[in-house]
Amino acid sequence: MKSSTVGRHIRESVKSIGRNGWMTFASVSAVTVTLLLVGVFMVIMMNLNKVADDLENDVEIKVLIDLQADATAEETLQQQIKGMPGVESIKYSSKEHELNGLIKDFGDDLSLFKQSNPLRNVLYVKAENPQQTAKVAKKIDALDNTYEVLYGKGKIEKLFHFLNVSRNVGIVLIIALLLTATFLISNTIKITITARRKEIEIMKLVGATNWFVRIPFVLEGMWLGLLGSIIPMTAVSILYAQLHKAVAPRLQGEIFQILDVMPFIFEIDLLILLMGVVIGVWGSFMSVRKFLKV
Amino acid sequence: MIEMKNVYKKYPNGVVAINGLNIKINQGEFVYIVGPSGAGKSTFIKMMYREEKATSGEIFVNGMNLSTLKNKEVPYLRRQIGVVFQDFKLLPRLNVYENVAFALEVIEENPSKIRKRVMDVLDLVGLKSKVRMFPDELSGGEQQRVSIARSIINVPKVVIADEPTGNLDPDTSWEIMKLFEEINARGTTIIMATHNREIVNNMRRRVIAIEGGLIVRDEHGGDYGYEI
Repeated sequence: MKSSTVGRHIRESVKSIGRNGWMTFASVSAVTVTLLLVGVFMVIMMNLNKVADDLENDVEIKVLIDLQADATAEETLQQQIKGMPGVESIKYSSKEHELNGLIKDFGDDLSLFKQSNPLRNVLYVKAENPQQTAKVAKKIDALDNTYEVLYGKGKIEKLFHFLNVSRNVGIVLIIALLLTATFLISNTIKITITARRKEIEIMKLVGATNWFVRIPFVLEGMWLGLLGSIIPMTAVSILYAQLHKAVAPRLQGEIFQILDVMPFIFEIDLLILLMGVVIGVWGSFMSVRKFLKV
Repeated sequence: MIEMKNVYKKYPNGVVAINGLNIKINQGEFVYIVGPSGAGKSTFIKMMYREEKATSGEIFVNGMNLSTLKNKEVPYLRRQIGVVFQDFKLLPRLNVYENVAFALEVIEENPSKIRKRVMDVLDLVGLKSKVRMFPDELSGGEQQRVSIARSIINVPKVVIADEPTGNLDPDTSWEIMKLFEEINARGTTIIMATHNREIVNNMRRRVIAIEGGLIVRDEHGGDYGYEI
């Protein structure tokens, strides 16, 4: 394609945006509203995901070691657990260390127990995949020299189930929103193109190739997508920055956190922009197709 | 030049528009296509620039076989054919100059050549003084001149006109016909479907009469032939 043609296509597509003022406004509004919804939804989804991950990663198995076990037996047990498939990490904590932790949490009254420590040495085990915790715990329970294996039975199953369901619901909603947006935009561009049916017909009759006819419309769709993503990008960025400012300090020290403003906002903005462009291009591509058969 | 061999055209709704038609038109000829409405004139014309594809039979235009021509090659066929319509088909938002230049822009002609070519052609059709006017500021005859200018801007070998005087008064029609004659004198083949008895009878050329999808008469220097 000649460079003068590229210039013409760009000029034509920009001119058409201005020329079809109200249609442009309608398309851009449709993109704006949908992308805003999708953007807000993505922010919620991705943060929910982060919280879920944090919670999941906090799940660990506490293995109480049998009092009969001597240092070698403890070492063997550690090696056995380390060698298990699905185990990510293992941390040893002596009973003195455990007691110190309790004293720190519940106060000096517990110092009395320093004389005769009733606690046991403990191994903290983390599963590679948190959802596999129960399985790993069961396997550890079968090993020698374990007194008890604790992992929040029942509670974590419920948590995982809840997280999985909310993740899937979120994905379905986002896909549904995107499809609606594409449908809306493709319809709006179809109206723009219908208004220019005569122009396309003449272009075809004087010997324009299909690509020559198509490119200005596809570019126009792209501009509409770009224009439509400006407000959602700005709004989501500002709102999330504010939200983060308000929420993040309250979560200080909690086991779960929300996502940092950077680079999260950058990613979200890029995604919104990309979706706007893809929706616009695809929508106009689909709409122009049937008008090319002249 | 243009040749049709045993051409049939059946539309999806079952109407047989062309029913085994044979014709040969040589380079430089001026041909009237006459016949009652619904006889197949428009289909006959549309098949030449592949707006309609023949159901069977072979069509040759400028050495291209239209029955085997791929869809993506159609634009290159159309660049060799100028088409003029009864309703002009001008773009209302473009002025005279832009409407004519449009035909060169869409085939990616060199911008430096466009201006000179457009002005030359507008000079030929006598509209050089109205280049900045828009179609709705022109009379019907002037609009048809613009559309003729657009059809010949690529210097096509054939100009096909579907009732170009159908919307014009008799005087204007004659001016348009003179223009076609001038274009024909430069060696361009003209194929014109028309209902204008006066023109056919006064400007004697080859007349092809189509009825029921068949050629019922083909005579050089013939008359319109149909009585009202």
